[in-house]
Amino acid sequence: MRVAVQEDPFDFAAEAAAFSRGAAGAGAVVTFTGIVRDVDGGLRHMEIEHYPAMTSKEIGSMAGEAADRWSLIDVLVIHRHGRLAPGEDIMMVATAAAGRADAFSAAEYLMDYLKSRAPFWKKEVTADGSAWVAAKDTDEDALSRW
Amino acid sequence: MIDVLYFAWVRERVGLAGEKVETGAATVAELVEELKAREERYAAAFADTRALRVAVDRELADFDAPLDGASEVAFFPPMTGG
Repeated sequence: MRVAVQEDPFDFAAEAAAFSRGAAGAGAVVTFTGIVRDVDGGLRHMEIEHYPAMTSKEIGSMAGEAADRWSLIDVLVIHRHGRLAPGEDIMMVATAAAGRADAFSAAEYLMDYLKSRAPFWKKEVTADGSAWVAAKDTDEDALSRW
Repeated sequence: MIDVLYFAWVRERVGLAGEKVETGAATVAELVEELKAREERYAAAFADTRALRVAVDRELADFDAPLDGASEVAFFPPMTGG
């Protein structure tokens, strides 16, 4: 299990390949990548703030919880902070399991929790100024299924 | 003394990322009332605590959580990770 919270970009393809190679006995690897999206046009960049003393610990306990609930061979979470341009990868999750059901479920669970419980805050900077991204009720509601 | 931290728009409204606070507050809610009474910028940041989340010693907590022995309290809006 690896959790990385970093300012630097990561190479999704290289990370996914290394994760798969290292997951001995896995029959299924699921990966998810979150990308900076310019929803309304005019996004210059996104600034992601986090709570350094809490972030890795919180994600680590989410990954531990996923490992308790599903039969997982390995878990990887990488999440960036700082300034990100549209199209850049913000974060990725990878899960490895013997079968796809566990790998898919654990990846969805981790994504749902990362959205609403990992201490990150996104700010969008446009030509008109900047605004904090509001949390969505649908993201909060998504937790209820777990 | 408790380290009080502010993130995102709470940090911007208070105008500080963090500070040491001398407090006798027994709960998070009491600490919030003490801060609100200080200055307008705190009152603005804590105007609606339903829009805020809190962590006590780096664990998510409720506003009625006790502060006994706590060394760090952080206030922030709902998280937007992923």
